[in-house]
Amino acid sequence: MSSPRVSPRAQPTADARGSRGADQRPGALMEFVHRRRRGAELFLLVLSLLVGLGAYAAVGLGVDGAVPADILAYGTWLAVLVVAAHVTIRYRAAYADPIILPIVSALNGLGLAMIYRIHLAAPDKSPPGRTQLMWMTIGVALFIGVLVGLRDHRRLQAFTYTAGLGAIVLLLLPLVPGLGREVYGARIWIHLGSMSFQPGEVAKVLLVIAFAGYLVLHRDALALAGRRVLFVDLPRGRDLGPILAMWLVSLGILVFQNDLGSSLLFFGIFLVMLYVATERPGWLVVGGGLFLAGAYASYLFVGHVTDRVDVWLDPFHESRGYQIVQGLYGMGWGGLTGRGLGQGSPQLTPFGFSDFIASSIGEELGLTGLMAVIVLYGILVERGLRTSLICRDNFGKLVAAGLAVVFALQVFVVIGGVTKLIPLTGLTTPFLSYGGSSLVANWVIVALLLRVSDHARRPPPEPSGGPEELDATQVVRLR
Amino acid sequence: MNRPIRNLAIGCLVLFLALLINTTYLQYWQGDSLSSLSKHPDNRRVLDEAFSRPRGAIVVKGKEIAESKKSDDQYKFQRDYPQGRMYAQITGFFSRDWGIGGIEGTENSILSGDDSKLFVNRVIDLVGNDDPQGGSVSLTLNPKAQKAAYDGLRALGDNVQGAVVALEPSTGKVLAMVSSPTYDPNRLASHDFSAASKARTALLDNKLRPMDNRAIEERLPPGSTFKLVTAAAALESGKYEPDTQVPGGASLDLPQSSSKLPNEGGGSCGGEKITLTRALQVSCNVAFGSVGLKLGGAALQAQAEKFGWGQTYFHDLDDSLTRQVQSVFPDPDAPQTALSAIGQWEVAATPLQMAMVAAGIANNGTVMKPYLVDELRSHDLEVIDKTNPEPLTSNAVSAATARKLTDMMTAVVDNGTGTNARIPGIRVAGKTGTAQSEGDRPPYAWFVSFAPADNPSVAVAVLVQNAGVDRGEISGNGLAAPIAKSVMEAVLNP
Repeated sequence: MSSPRVSPRAQPTADARGSRGADQRPGALMEFVHRRRRGAELFLLVLSLLVGLGAYAAVGLGVDGAVPADILAYGTWLAVLVVAAHVTIRYRAAYADPIILPIVSALNGLGLAMIYRIHLAAPDKSPPGRTQLMWMTIGVALFIGVLVGLRDHRRLQAFTYTAGLGAIVLLLLPLVPGLGREVYGARIWIHLGSMSFQPGEVAKVLLVIAFAGYLVLHRDALALAGRRVLFVDLPRGRDLGPILAMWLVSLGILVFQNDLGSSLLFFGIFLVMLYVATERPGWLVVGGGLFLAGAYASYLFVGHVTDRVDVWLDPFHESRGYQIVQGLYGMGWGGLTGRGLGQGSPQLTPFGFSDFIASSIGEELGLTGLMAVIVLYGILVERGLRTSLICRDNFGKLVAAGLAVVFALQVFVVIGGVTKLIPLTGLTTPFLSYGGSSLVANWVIVALLLRVSDHARRPPPEPSGGPEELDATQVVRLR
Repeated sequence: MNRPIRNLAIGCLVLFLALLINTTYLQYWQGDSLSSLSKHPDNRRVLDEAFSRPRGAIVVKGKEIAESKKSDDQYKFQRDYPQGRMYAQITGFFSRDWGIGGIEGTENSILSGDDSKLFVNRVIDLVGNDDPQGGSVSLTLNPKAQKAAYDGLRALGDNVQGAVVALEPSTGKVLAMVSSPTYDPNRLASHDFSAASKARTALLDNKLRPMDNRAIEERLPPGSTFKLVTAAAALESGKYEPDTQVPGGASLDLPQSSSKLPNEGGGSCGGEKITLTRALQVSCNVAFGSVGLKLGGAALQAQAEKFGWGQTYFHDLDDSLTRQVQSVFPDPDAPQTALSAIGQWEVAATPLQMAMVAAGIANNGTVMKPYLVDELRSHDLEVIDKTNPEPLTSNAVSAATARKLTDMMTAVVDNGTGTNARIPGIRVAGKTGTAQSEGDRPPYAWFVSFAPADNPSVAVAVLVQNAGVDRGEISGNGLAAPIAKSVMEAVLNP
């Protein structure tokens, strides 16, 4: 870490970190050899399959009084997908985090059961579970594809600008007349023939890669201190360009696509990655200020944002918050232990299979079940951040942190919205909600996280090289 | 970059903790309130479940007036009201789409079995794998009195607007409470939801407002029955005795105006000076107008408030549709005090309030809080709660004043304006009232009474608001007293 820096405050920072303890030095990290723990992963995967299949059987018992007839075929299919993913990790990412895949498998299995359950209760108003299983299959295929095809995450750094451009094109696609379509007020869908697709879900992966690549290169300049206000070093005025640009893009998504959730998510990811890259809390202050200004302005001037906030403040008023009120009723009725799968009425809540799947889980599995789901997400995010922490290269750190924060923000925004903690914004609940684009994109995100994790946990190839020269000595093949 | 990542991890931890705390708040602390039908009548989940569960009965003297019967449609049980029209304002209704009212609403938690008082039974049901069952609610009503009141009003026509309230003076138990016109709650509780919806629309569109409970919601000038309050204030002041001479001429000059207050029918009350007893006996406007002026509006108001004016004391039927309205006494400093003293102008009282005046006098001056719910029982008939009688005001009038008023009121029935309430062999105390309403509307007929006068067991108030008879035939004695008589007889001769 004593490599020369342009930053005038690099030296004191390095000193401060040096005094924090041995584990802060890359050398110390490399002395610790991670175990592969693939057996543990397999064991947890079996448990996660039990969650998914148990839920599926319970739905059948609750609704029809009998285990679904196709449980064997369904179970086999689910097991094949999960085992395929596991075997791929065994051979292609043997050191990857062993907990992430089981969590994802459990969440996805639970989501499938819940979607199936709501389809049984309201077949004409909700999609069949089978479609979601197909999307999961595609998701797992892409997951395997990423792990097999991408041997080193650092190769992605070469695609920084391609990814950024791709993300922008994807975000603009729904605005193209004839291609984009407005669904329930938000213009975030594109339709090609009978296929529909939410490009924003793919864009968020590309954006994380683009941000990471960009910030790795420009972090030193962006870390330069400007004015100091109330113990916080604010960034220099001339460095504000990127954050202002991102702010405007987010506002654009909000205004032109009516998509509050994505707007919030994209800006949040950028802000957090900027903070991680520069180590400057000042960016959070500037970004937070911009966010508050944007939020307040859109509350005043963007009609559907005003509506959302008003509904949030008093959803019971003149039953304007029908959806959220139904969700709250469902969760209140579920209570501590829930009605039991197949024994509540989650079909009464509009979109109880997608945006409001958290309330459906709260209704049928109770506070206990919903808390378990939230804790699973929490572990997933913390494992992602752990990966970021132990990763040896900055690009990998930023990618892992960005992807973990994607999950964190998304879960917070959507479950917080459904439980009336914050105003409701439309986002999918990762792995649980019905929706092909989202599920496939999230499986890709997990594959990327595992790729970074494998690299971070794998014992270093050249222990002879001095740790001080780590950045300089590692040869990275970019293409 | 590790420090920001660590901070980020803490930040994410905080976000997830916030989610966990919020869901706990929502599902654990707020769950009951979200699932309460009285707070959220549109909660379909709870309604649907309630419709599929055996609900406890509402019972009057061991007989169900609302019960759940097995049905073979999508819901397992159908709510049934065997004597629906007679008890409609009491039971209320249990509908899927239009909420619940009456006792069905106020005692919903017992009837549905969700009440925490039934917790032990719920646990036993859970262990025994039985469906949870609701408890039952026993009412204070006397079915014979209720029927007498209902038949009495119905005899005047199906569309007569009126109400009858009977109380047990010593406890405040509501023995009868009938409001007319009435409706059939079975039609609102029907599982044919479109028919139920039509029935509800028809009821809401009906100008006679059959869903109102006039006994507690209709607030009208009590007319001459209010002279009881004026007489009570006079006796309590110490300046008057039953044989005190008061003006009894043909008319009284009203202060600050050129108008005069005449007697009903125009003539004098039997002399320029008459006794207070005589004045009540013939319901002399001139006498009570002048007594009221002498006492002053403030004294009248204070006396009225002791009987319950300006108070809310009856909560057993508070639901989304009805609640007890407060009786009002106007600004005591206004020059119309003479009119107030005879129950005209802006004095207004509910039939329940007038019954409480009679009951207070009957109970040696103590007005008891009226109540309708006697006992709550679990479904295996164990008593889990019983209402204890409570006084509303311990001495609305002194015992001596109450005795004097009782004697004056028996004179009214024996030999005055209330002769239609006489019951052979029993001393009855009563007071008629015929209140002028504003303009061209027909006057209202009132009658309040209690019996037996020396040891009262029932106090009644009857209001006939609009019976569709000729103006000349409208009088408390003609229309209301016979109903009061039959209600008292029903209680006294079981």
